[in-house]
Amino acid sequence: MSAVAAEFAPPRRPGLLDRLSVRLHMQPRLLLALLLVPPVLWLGVIYLGSLFALLLNSFYSIDEFSGLVVPEFTLSTYGELVRPSNLDIVLRTVAMAACVSVASAFIAFPIAYYMARYAGPRAKAAYYLAIMLPLWSSYLVKVYAWKLILAKEGVVTWVANALGLGWLLDGVLALPVVGGPSLSSAYLGTFVVFVYIWLPYMILPVQAALERVPRSVVEAAGDLGAPPGLAFRTVILPLAIPGVVAGSIFTFSLTLGDYIVPQIIGSSRPFLGTVVLQLQGTAGNIPLAAAFTVVPILIMGVYLTLAKRMGAFDAL
Amino acid sequence: MSQSAAPAVRFAQVTRRFGAFTAVDSVSFDVADGEFFSMLGPSGSGKTTCLRLIAGFEQPTSGEVFVHGRPMAGVPPFQRDVNTVFQDYALFPHMSVWENVAYGLMVRGVAKAERRRQAEAMLDLVKLGAFADRKPGQLSGGQRQRVALARALVLKPRVLLLDEPLGALDLKLREAMQVELKALQRQVGITFVYVTHDQGEALAMSDRIAVFSHGRIEQIGAPRDVYERPATAFVADFVGASNVVDAATAERLTGRAAAFSIRPERIRLLAAGAAAPEGWVVAEGRVAEALFLGAATRLGIEAAGGHLAALVPNAEGAPPPPPGSPVRLAFDPRHAHSLEAAPLAAAAE
Repeated sequence: MSAVAAEFAPPRRPGLLDRLSVRLHMQPRLLLALLLVPPVLWLGVIYLGSLFALLLNSFYSIDEFSGLVVPEFTLSTYGELVRPSNLDIVLRTVAMAACVSVASAFIAFPIAYYMARYAGPRAKAAYYLAIMLPLWSSYLVKVYAWKLILAKEGVVTWVANALGLGWLLDGVLALPVVGGPSLSSAYLGTFVVFVYIWLPYMILPVQAALERVPRSVVEAAGDLGAPPGLAFRTVILPLAIPGVVAGSIFTFSLTLGDYIVPQIIGSSRPFLGTVVLQLQGTAGNIPLAAAFTVVPILIMGVYLTLAKRMGAFDAL
Repeated sequence: MSQSAAPAVRFAQVTRRFGAFTAVDSVSFDVADGEFFSMLGPSGSGKTTCLRLIAGFEQPTSGEVFVHGRPMAGVPPFQRDVNTVFQDYALFPHMSVWENVAYGLMVRGVAKAERRRQAEAMLDLVKLGAFADRKPGQLSGGQRQRVALARALVLKPRVLLLDEPLGALDLKLREAMQVELKALQRQVGITFVYVTHDQGEALAMSDRIAVFSHGRIEQIGAPRDVYERPATAFVADFVGASNVVDAATAERLTGRAAAFSIRPERIRLLAAGAAAPEGWVVAEGRVAEALFLGAATRLGIEAAGGHLAALVPNAEGAPPPPPGSPVRLAFDPRHAHSLEAAPLAAAAE
């Protein structure tokens, strides 16, 4: 009975909230402005602003005697950046990032392909969980765990010896450049840990790209006479490339900027991230640290331009 | 025209199950070489599964599919001499229109210049010659549909499979494409196996129609046969509008308790005092509702304890009777089709 009474009750007097609702409904621009101002402020002022402040520092220099930053425009810091020892660091980091990205792509693709094309809803959920689960635990914990796994007295050595494959591990570690006294103090170890840590960021975009390829498009390739291998090369792979590129943007740029993994696992030779940390921390050379951070930004810019020119995003 | 006496497509007791669901239930039929054969039915009736069985995307659970006499068991899609026009067109989004059309030629190892020449000739045939260098994303639905058609036809398949190719188009375009498709089929002389849920489309284009329901074929015949002489109540109801008259109502109308079907356009209204032609069934009724359709009016008439639809042409200056008015309806029993063993017309003679 009360429900019926409520239905026929006279409209109540509009309150403050009602009038605000009406106002916002009638003026969509006002609503849009209210919604957009906080994120735009955050992105524009705090995020991009601090980035520009950093870049500005790269055009200053440091007084060799007092150790103070001289706020005058100069390119001398960039002159310092292109010294052979510093270019070595850039080359080492880029090579590592490229290897990590390529390896991640090769490992991620079959997993993503299975998830997108064959897995049922339950299997897919299990896969998502398995891929996301490592992201829930602390990055530092994972890296230190890997140090124990890869150490000379660690799990890998133990398993290799137990299987009678100790000679193989020693052979791998005896390789020039990538090898070393143990996996945890070799480039190979750094590489393995990087691939482990960034792999989810490659699987998910590749899986999303493959999921967007309609089954009928793959069937059409077969219908037109293409055997599975040819259909894969000419249809599935080109349509998955935007996903691989998106994933490699993550794996590549995250490796370029990382300063923890190379410090804990590997040959302890400097990477871009570790150098920036040292320069702005212990050395107090903010301008050179800023100049070093420009390097990954430039590399990513070149990488995206090349990817776009090669048509990686055409199928989007 | 045909090189062999074997039919273009033969289904022999073909069954396809998905788990507990039987999509195609021991279906047998032949499609003659050069025929325009339609598989008509509501969604889930098994017609698309039949098409996919011919294309090779599905394998029969039991029974056998033959294409031009060759058993298709164990033959993958890429080794079958059939091509498909997909419902969603399935164009390759990263290739230009001509590359899409030339894809099958590329697979066969045709040189690039020759591929381009053949693709352009085929695009001219479907009136898209000017669009060769566009991407599929830049075309309208009707244009994409024709690219899909050109892509399948350029390989000169002996059988072309079409899965509701006009389903996504609007009415005007669909009608225009029906005419074009039929003309094209005559021009290229290829067997067309055409899946549709649109009975008007099937009637307009086909040489023969197979009407599907629940994984079985209810009737196979020429469009006129299927329309004029529906074999079952399902066909009568699904192909064109039809009055399905149950046995009790039939007894009150004709004196014989045998269910039959009759088309609304076969039911006439008699002017006051006019006599029905010799042998016709006449009944008194009352107009329940009237739907103005432009060329005709569709009347719902309560008569003999049943409900009958009548389609009355709209003559100039003679409005159809409004709802509530009493009418006298009549029909020739030869136009009524028994849905039981014995034909009604024979009994009335």
